[in-house]
Amino acid sequence: MNEQKTNDLILQTVTKLVSFIILLFSFYLFLSGHNAPGGGFVGGLITSSSIVLLLLAYDLKTVRSILPVNFIYIAGAGLLLAVLTGVGSFVFGAPFLTHTFGYFQLPIFGKTELATATIFDLGVYLVVVGITMTIIQTIGEEE
Amino acid sequence: MQLLHFAILSPFLFAFIIPFLAKYAKRVHTGWFVLVLPVLLFIYFLPMIRMTQSGETLRSVFEWIPSLGINFTVYIDGLGLLFALLITGIGSLVTLYSIYYLSKEKEQLGPFYVYLLMFMGAMLGVVLVDNVMVLYMFWELTSLSSFLLIGYWYKREKSRYGAAKSLLITVSGGLCMLGGFILLYLITDSFSIREMIHQVQLIAGHDLFIPAMILILLGAFTKSAQFPFYIWLPDAMEAPTPVSAYLHSATMVKAGIYVIARFSPIFAFSAQWFWIVSLVGLFTMVWGSFHAVKQTDLKSILAFSTVSQLGMIISMLGVSAAALHYGHTEYYTVAAMAAIFHLINHATFKGSLFMAVGIIDHETGTRDVRKLGGLMAIMPITFTISLIGTFSMAGLPPFNGFLSKEMFFTSMLRITHFDLFNVQTWGMLFPVFAWIGSVFTFIYSMKLLFKTFRGSYQPEQLEKQAHEAPIGMLVSPVILVALAVSLFFFPNILSYSLIEPAMNSIYPTLLDSHEKFHVHISQWHGPTTELKMTAGIVVLGTLGYMAMNKWKGIYKLFPSKLTLNRLYDKLVTLMEKGSYRVTKQYMTGFLRDYLLYIFAGFIILMGGAFVIKGGFSFTTEGMAKIGVYEIILTVVMISATAATVFARSRLTAIISLGVVGYTLALFFVIFRAPDLALTQLVIETISVALFLLCFYHLPKLRLKKKTRTFRLTNFIIALGVGIIVTLLGIASSSQRTKDSISSFFLKHSHDLGGGDNVVNVILVDFRGFDTMFEITVLTIAALGIYSMIKTKVKEEGKSGE
Repeated sequence: MNEQKTNDLILQTVTKLVSFIILLFSFYLFLSGHNAPGGGFVGGLITSSSIVLLLLAYDLKTVRSILPVNFIYIAGAGLLLAVLTGVGSFVFGAPFLTHTFGYFQLPIFGKTELATATIFDLGVYLVVVGITMTIIQTIGEEE
Repeated sequence: MQLLHFAILSPFLFAFIIPFLAKYAKRVHTGWFVLVLPVLLFIYFLPMIRMTQSGETLRSVFEWIPSLGINFTVYIDGLGLLFALLITGIGSLVTLYSIYYLSKEKEQLGPFYVYLLMFMGAMLGVVLVDNVMVLYMFWELTSLSSFLLIGYWYKREKSRYGAAKSLLITVSGGLCMLGGFILLYLITDSFSIREMIHQVQLIAGHDLFIPAMILILLGAFTKSAQFPFYIWLPDAMEAPTPVSAYLHSATMVKAGIYVIARFSPIFAFSAQWFWIVSLVGLFTMVWGSFHAVKQTDLKSILAFSTVSQLGMIISMLGVSAAALHYGHTEYYTVAAMAAIFHLINHATFKGSLFMAVGIIDHETGTRDVRKLGGLMAIMPITFTISLIGTFSMAGLPPFNGFLSKEMFFTSMLRITHFDLFNVQTWGMLFPVFAWIGSVFTFIYSMKLLFKTFRGSYQPEQLEKQAHEAPIGMLVSPVILVALAVSLFFFPNILSYSLIEPAMNSIYPTLLDSHEKFHVHISQWHGPTTELKMTAGIVVLGTLGYMAMNKWKGIYKLFPSKLTLNRLYDKLVTLMEKGSYRVTKQYMTGFLRDYLLYIFAGFIILMGGAFVIKGGFSFTTEGMAKIGVYEIILTVVMISATAATVFARSRLTAIISLGVVGYTLALFFVIFRAPDLALTQLVIETISVALFLLCFYHLPKLRLKKKTRTFRLTNFIIALGVGIIVTLLGIASSSQRTKDSISSFFLKHSHDLGGGDNVVNVILVDFRGFDTMFEITVLTIAALGIYSMIKTKVKEEGKSGE
C-alpha cells in the first residue's frame, strides 16, 4: 500500500464500532430470513461488507491477522454443508434435500422454531462470505 | 457360421498372420504363403459348378444384426459363383506373378499382401452375399483396400494422387449406392436381394423406383469406371502391376458389372434402365477406345482399354433387358450371354496383358511406347503372350475375344429389331457405335503390340539391358493366354457350366423351372453380318494403324482445358478453396461479428416464429394500474440507460449503469420484493466497485477516451432484439392460460416449509436444489478468479509466481 502513512484515526475508530453493528445486522438478516426478508445470501454479503470495511480502514495484513482464515476454505465448507444437509435426508429415507422443522422449548429463547433449512442457509451464507472475500482479497493483492 | 462364411472371411483372418510371416519368415517370399489361400478357395468353389449347373442355389444365413434385418447371408448362384471363381482363380495367378514381380529385399511385402488379401475377401463378400447392407460393407472394403494398394508406393506423389482420386470417386459412388439400397429397403422392407426380386411388382410401381435405380447405377458406374467417372482408372495405374492386373482389369472394376447384373431382375423392366445402362456403356466403349489410341504409356493404354471393354459389357447388359419384354426369349438373351462370356474373356486377356506389360516394365525399366521397340526377338515368350492378348482384345480369330465380339455385334444388331422404348428411331446407332468402338479397339491393340515389339531396338533409351523374364513371372500370363486360346476352340466348356447358370441369375423369372437357356457358342455362323463387320474392322483398323500419323491431329481438336481430369482437379481445388473462402468470410475471429450472427439469428428465428405462427397478442385485461412512482422510476431508468449508451467516457457509463442498478432495486421495493431489493443493492454496489477496478486497470496505451462509433447494422440489430423481446414479453403476459403455481407456495409456505418468508422458503426448501447449484456456480467463479490471478502462465508455458 502507500508508503506514506496517513492518519486515519476517525475512520478506524468508526470502523471499530460500525463493523460490529454491520456484523450483527447481517446475523440478524441471516437468522430471520426464514420468516422475514433476509437469508443466507444477503446475510453473507453484508458480513463480507463489514470485513471489507475493515479492509478499507486498515490493510490486508491487519485484517488477515484479525481473521486468520483462508476464505476459499470457508466457501468450500459452506458448499459441503449445503450438500450434507441434502444428503442427511437420506438417513431418514427421504428424497434429497427434504427439509423439516419443529418448535422447541429452549432455555433462553423460549419457544423457538428450528428448521433444517437454516443449516442449508448457513451453507449459502458461508459460501457467499467465502467467495466475496476471496474475490476481493485476490484482486486487492494483485498489484 | 458355416464353412461358406469362413470361406469369405478367410482372407481377412489370414491377413492377420501375414505380418508375422513377413517379419519372421524372411527367407521365404511372403507371397508363397499367401498363394495357398486363393488356390484352396478356388478348389473349394470349383465343385459348386455342379450345383449351379443343375439350377440349384445355396443359401446360408448367419445372423449378424437380426433386429435390423442385417444378416450375413451367403447366397451362391451362377452369377456369384462365376465371379468367385474369377476372383480366386485370377487371384492365385496374380499372387504367383507378384512373387516374382515384387522383390523380397526392396519392397515391404507384409502390407502388400495384407491389402491384397483384404481386397480378395472384400470382393468375395461383394459377389456372394445376399444382404445389401453387408454387400455395401464389402463394397466399401474393396474401395478402401484398392486405395491402399494404389498408394502402395506412398512416397511417390502420383501414387498418392491416384489413390486419393480413386477413393474419392468410388466412395462417393458407393455412398450413392447405399442411398439406393436404403430406398429399396423402404419400398420392400427387406435388405435381402432375393426378397426384393420377389417383390419386383411392388418396386416397379413405387415412386422411389427411379431414384433407387439411379443411385444404385451411380455406384456401379463409378466402380466400373464408366463415363464420366472413368478418370480414376488411368491414374490408378500407379499401383504395382499385379494390382493393376487383379483389381483394375479382372475384379474390382467388375464389381459394378456384378451389381448391374445382380439388380437387373429388379430394374430391367423399365425403359430408363435400358437406355441409361446401354447408352452409358456404349458411349464409354467408344470414348475409352478412342482415347486409348493416343496414350503412350502401356499401362494407360490398358487402362483406357479396360474402360472401353467394361463399357462394352455394360452396354450388353443394358441391351439384355429387351429379353424381358418378349415371350420368345432366345433372340434377345444373347446379349446377356455375350456379356457374361466377354466378362470371362476380358479377365483372361486383360490379366495376361497387364502381366506382360509388367514384365516389359520390369525387364526394360520403362513403359513408354516411344522408347520401346524391337523386343520381339529379345522377349519371345512375352511377345507371344502379348500377341494372343492383343489379338483377343481386338477380336480376331482364333482367340476367345473373337467369339465374344461376334456375339456383341449379334446382340447390337438384334436390338435394332426391338420395338419398344422408341428403339426404332435411334436403334441403328447401337451397331454403328459398337462398330466404331471396335475399330479403335483394333487400332490401339495393334499399337500396343507392334510399337513395343517391332521396329528397332533402342538400348540407349532403356534403363536396363532388356532380357526375357524369369520363368516364374511367365507362368501366370501363359496360363491366361492358354485359356484365351482354348476358350476359342472349346467355348462350350463354359456355356452350360458357367454362362447358363449366370444367365439364370440375370433372368430368374424368364424360364420355367425345367427349361434351360440355349447357350451354345459356335465359331462359325456362316457369312453373317457380324463377320462382315469384323472384316471391316480389320481392314479399316489396319489402315487406321498404318496411317496413324496422318490422323493423329484430331486429338488436338480436343482442347486440353476441357478434359474431365481437369474438371475433377478444378472441382477439388475449387471445393477446397471455396470452403476455405466461405469459412474465412464468416469466421472473422472478431467476437463482435459472432455476436452479430447470434443476435441476428435470434431476431430471424423469433420474429419468423411470430410472423408465421401469428403468436402476438395484446390484452389490457388483468393489468395493474400504473402509479406515479413507476412512471418516475421508468423515466430515471430510461435516461440512465441512454446515458450509458451515449456516454463519452467509461466512468460515466459505469456510474449510469450503477444508477440503472439502483433504480432496479427501487423497482423491487415498490413491487414489494424486499429480498430482491436487498440483494440487488449489495450486488450492484459490488459490481460497480469491480467495474471501477477494471476501469482503473485499463492499459495506459489506449487511454484515448473514445466515444463509440455509430454502426448502422449494430443499431438495427440492437433495435430488432429490443423490439422482439418487448413483443415477446407483451405477448406472453397477455396469453396466460393457466394460473401461476405461486398460490401453492403462498398457501403452504408456513405449514410445509416452516417459514413466513415465501421467497426464502422457496429458495432453501421448495427449490433448494437450484440454490445448491447456484452457490456451486459462485464458488467456481471465485476459484476461477483466484486461479486466474494467482497462476499466471507465462508465454513460454512456465507458470509464474
